[in-house]
Amino acid sequence: MAMADKTTEAVAVAQTTGMPRLHKIIFSVLLAALIVLPFVVYPIFAMKVMCFALFAAAFNLLLGFGGLLSFGHAAYFGGASYIAAHAAKVWGLTPELAVLTGTAAAAVLGLVIGALSIRRQGIYFAMVTLAFAQMVYFVALQAEFTGGEDGIQSVPRGDLFGLISLEGNIALYFFVLTLTFGGILLLYRIVHSPFGQVLKAIRENEPRAISLGYDVNRYKLIVFTLSATMAGLAGATKSQVFQLASLTDVHWSMSGEVVLMTLLGGMGTIFGPLVGAGIIVTMQNYLATFGAWVTVIQGVIFVLGVLLFREGVVGVLARWLKKPL
Amino acid sequence: MIKKLAISTAAMAAVIGAPALADITVKLGVLNDRSGVYADLSGEGSVVAARMAVEDFKAKDKGITVDIISADHQNKPDIGSNIARQWYDVDGVNAILDVPTSSVALAVADITAEKNGVLIDSGAGSTALTREQCRPTTIHWTYDTAALANGTGAAMTKAGGKKWFFLTADYAFGHSLEENTATVVKANGGEVVGTVNVPFPATDFSSFLLQAQGSGANVIGLANAGGDTVNAIKQAAEFGITQAGQKLAALLFFVTDVHALGPQTAQGLSLTEAFYWDQNDATRAWSKRFMDTHGAQPTMVQAGVYSGTMAYLAAVEAVGSAADGKAVAAKMKEMDFDDPLFGKVKVRGDGRAIHDMYLFEVKTPDQSKGEWDLYNQISSISGEDAFLPMLDECDFTKK
Repeated sequence: MAMADKTTEAVAVAQTTGMPRLHKIIFSVLLAALIVLPFVVYPIFAMKVMCFALFAAAFNLLLGFGGLLSFGHAAYFGGASYIAAHAAKVWGLTPELAVLTGTAAAAVLGLVIGALSIRRQGIYFAMVTLAFAQMVYFVALQAEFTGGEDGIQSVPRGDLFGLISLEGNIALYFFVLTLTFGGILLLYRIVHSPFGQVLKAIRENEPRAISLGYDVNRYKLIVFTLSATMAGLAGATKSQVFQLASLTDVHWSMSGEVVLMTLLGGMGTIFGPLVGAGIIVTMQNYLATFGAWVTVIQGVIFVLGVLLFREGVVGVLARWLKKPL
Repeated sequence: MIKKLAISTAAMAAVIGAPALADITVKLGVLNDRSGVYADLSGEGSVVAARMAVEDFKAKDKGITVDIISADHQNKPDIGSNIARQWYDVDGVNAILDVPTSSVALAVADITAEKNGVLIDSGAGSTALTREQCRPTTIHWTYDTAALANGTGAAMTKAGGKKWFFLTADYAFGHSLEENTATVVKANGGEVVGTVNVPFPATDFSSFLLQAQGSGANVIGLANAGGDTVNAIKQAAEFGITQAGQKLAALLFFVTDVHALGPQTAQGLSLTEAFYWDQNDATRAWSKRFMDTHGAQPTMVQAGVYSGTMAYLAAVEAVGSAADGKAVAAKMKEMDFDDPLFGKVKVRGDGRAIHDMYLFEVKTPDQSKGEWDLYNQISSISGEDAFLPMLDECDFTKK
């Protein structure tokens, strides 16, 4: 956690540089749209999209900007959702504390797993993260408090700060909006901070970054931990939205889903993961009535995405506009 | 003035009392797995069964308009609970049917109670639905793991299978299945000669099966589910375990699984189900109609959706509206149902539907006369014996 604190300080210093006007406009429009959204579409669905958008954005920090392909991000997402659900249900914590506990757990998990996996590169790195994620899955399956394959159910929504009831969908929506939008802005700051610049340098050419005197492993560990923490924030928030934590969130297919979202939206772009998450979650939700066709359609879209626009939806858009998005 | 009031009240009572004029709309949502491992045993077949129930109930003649929608929860509780909430909040669904996969069912049960709908669960096996997480609006229709364990354990021990050996999937579900069965076996004078925990999921059961073979047990209990059970049965067939005289008992297995394995592989397997298509004239007649539309014989889960829907519609008719889920569920607990598929059914105060369960043995290839001619019925277990007793705090008829 000490490292993460230092980074937030660095972010605060870098804040003065500000963001490009285009990004400012997009973020403002996005926020305005999100404020109106729960009155247009079903709020629970909108909250789910936001949780996955944050999850994908956190993953993108690691893959798109750090150049590290983790295949075990479900561990932090699902792990945090279990801890947050347990904290809210059994320990009786208020929602914001439950989410914080879950996020902190994901940060610790990320720090430990990150410290061990960044020693390897490429496919080995991916395999090590997958192996750790499988261990977390088995803990979730076996441990007493996780309820096995039933998961942790009927988590109370509780009162924010012990005062404001989150029973209503709209109240909960704005709680989730604050968390996820805040998280995404934080990720944006991290990417555009001096720390983020070093990350990109490492991604482009690691030996050169080393020769310039950067302690590459430390940067990798920090970005890994940050990514895990934000994925944890997304998972913990999701457990409050759905009032449950289940094996789905720690299963390896969840790790795969977040890769899909990021690639479809546009790896290494700011808005890509948000778009990707939106597309995938919308498909899962609105195509649910088509039954078996959901997975088939998802597959076809992915194949088309890879064949036609390899940079992802937002990546292609950015190329047209000739501006980074 | 008073006279006028009396007349108008009488007139109103007459209007309300006339059954043919009742104008009730009901919206049912069939929520199950349509693409994954449970798609065969629930899936589209459950929707077909629900439609048949609406048809057979003659809902239209009784002034009840029924609309059925369906969706795939992909066995993910978050997707399932999202759909359930949306159905209640936006689409005006009154009752949700089927819902296999315990984690999804438990999530939907909570939402149903919150939104005052009714959940008639047929596909899930968790006993928590009517125990740890009982809700006044939950009706658990077809089976639960305890009833299957009870049925198979008690009936087989009484029939002479005194010594049991368990192959247990090493996670909460497997352990609870084993524990339930072992208790029943011991209560009926049997003994457990050995247990081996098998990592989950497993593909290679050979060393565990050899242990079971060498243990001197009469019955090998498979406390696992789905792909694990299929793998274990296939390998047991290769070892010739049932031909050598040991009995193989699956504690959670469905007719579609047996159909997929075929009698050559599955012969001699014992299992408990709530329904089999070839039990009597009524089940055969109904199953034939089902087969004509769906192209496969019904499973007990699909049959349960049918009879659960019939019972629900009867309760809605009696209450006069589907709007208040709690009232409809309470009505279902008062009524007695005589069902063509499940026989006499009574819904207990905790929402557990009590009906007979049956112990079957899979036929040998010589006995089997057709693709779906799979079971010999060994015995029937009365509902009171099969299901766990009701917990006091879950008896919602008292409150």
